[in-house]
Amino acid sequence: MLDGRAAVRRRINARLWLSGGWLALLAIVALLAPWLAPKDPLAQDLFAARLPPFWMAGAEPGFWLGTDSLGRDVLSRIMHGARIALAVALVAGIATCLIGSALGLVAGFMRGWADRIISRLVDIWMAFPPVLFAILLIAVLGTGLHSIIIAIVVIDWTRFCRVVRAEALNQSAMDYVASAKVAGRTRLSIMVREILPNVLPTIVALVTLEMGIAVIVEAILSFVNLSISTDAPTWGGMIAEGRISIHQAWWVLVFPLVTLFLTVLSFSQFGEGLKDHFDPVLR
Amino acid sequence: MAGNGSATNAPGHLPLYQVRGLKVALPDLAAKPLFGPPPRIDILTGLDFDIEQGTALGIVGGSGSGKSTLGRALLRLIEPTGGTIRFAGTDITHLDETGLRPLRKRFHMIFQDPMSSLNPRRRVGAIIADPLHLHGFDRVRERVGEALDHVGLGRAFAARYPHELSGGQRQRVGIARAIALEPEFILADEIVSGLDVSSQAQVLNLLERLVAELGLTLAFISHDLSVIRRLCSEVMVLHRGQIVEHAPVGEVFAEPRAAYTRQLLDAIPLPDPDQPGW
Repeated sequence: MLDGRAAVRRRINARLWLSGGWLALLAIVALLAPWLAPKDPLAQDLFAARLPPFWMAGAEPGFWLGTDSLGRDVLSRIMHGARIALAVALVAGIATCLIGSALGLVAGFMRGWADRIISRLVDIWMAFPPVLFAILLIAVLGTGLHSIIIAIVVIDWTRFCRVVRAEALNQSAMDYVASAKVAGRTRLSIMVREILPNVLPTIVALVTLEMGIAVIVEAILSFVNLSISTDAPTWGGMIAEGRISIHQAWWVLVFPLVTLFLTVLSFSQFGEGLKDHFDPVLR
Repeated sequence: MAGNGSATNAPGHLPLYQVRGLKVALPDLAAKPLFGPPPRIDILTGLDFDIEQGTALGIVGGSGSGKSTLGRALLRLIEPTGGTIRFAGTDITHLDETGLRPLRKRFHMIFQDPMSSLNPRRRVGAIIADPLHLHGFDRVRERVGEALDHVGLGRAFAARYPHELSGGQRQRVGIARAIALEPEFILADEIVSGLDVSSQAQVLNLLERLVAELGLTLAFISHDLSVIRRLCSEVMVLHRGQIVEHAPVGEVFAEPRAAYTRQLLDAIPLPDPDQPGW
């Protein structure tokens, strides 16, 4: 029999390595930012404002990616911004995943009144415009890192819930579930031992996607100044500042934007790669 | 095993399964009105039959005749809407899962689709061991190995995943899982219909041998009378949720009483050497 699995796996590995590499680099930078960053991300120097990146004429040594209109080092701010972005991605992504998946699994497998309540709740939730909902929540909770995380969890659990419910519904119809019932497993143990492992690849792909989305939401909220203090180095806040001075200093906008783009792309690709990698059937 | 012929004649003996007036109705979701519960369709409309210990009962019928529903009711995967099912004297008609649990090691099932009936994320060994663990059997590893030997796969298969096996091999795993528990009764629901002809023959040979060796009571659901003729000692013909004929295999094939059975027999596409002209 022709075995095409080796060929498939090689392609997956490239994707997994590239995205995983970028995320690992980002994680190291975030962890070691206080030591790795060449400058203090908050230090202003109005005499060194709007310095261009190192390869352009007029660049100053030490300011690799230039400075913003207040003379703060762009590279250092991106590195410190990675701390906030990754913290939000990890905490919000995992919390969203746990809450949404648990509800989706119960709704999809148990059916009945549990499914009706959870599904109606999801329908109601989805009728709210997400960004407005987030702004509303921040207004109520106050700004700060924990508010952003809570807002993301409260808004985005429905994404997990819907997908996991559909997948659990699908798996519940399979004969291996009937077979476990014939063997005498309880419903709870069928859900955890038989259904969950089959839904897990979907959850893994979704959780990394969600981490990417959390990074974007954090950037959006800092862009509209609803994240943490305007002084703090967030990617969204940097993009907002860069937008103002786009004609004089494009680098203030472009570098955080590229970092954001690569990070979100890496998260989603990493999830897809993991899903394929851990799927023994390789469908 | 308890399946011996002498019990049949003993006074006060009990058939393994005693089914009286069995009715199953399922909700018809396609015809559900906007408000209120959906109407119910009667799948089985009052079946009476016994399954004696040690028999191999073939259940045959067309698509939609209710044969799979009957099988699932016998194993209490669905709850009947009327009548009674007694297994070894115990009324299991409306028993809840907790009450059914001790009985679940005494009857087991082999499923139609061997791909979907094996959890794709578990190894073959774990799949077969699962019911054994659940019912507190000892020497689980050893029993799994014996079951694999019994179905002719060999112990090395325990480390494989279902998708690495062929259709026939998967169906053997399904059989191994069922016999590992040493149950008294096994329901085989269309277990060869998804296999190619040579795998079909192998699986049927295997089942035939196991029934003889282990003294199993078997209910074999099929739409193919020629398969049943080979494997079973009794035939029950279902048509639209009713039993139209229930007799020893020889009788049904020699002189079918019901018109529907005659139609089924005529539909067997095998060449008949007694009938010249083809």
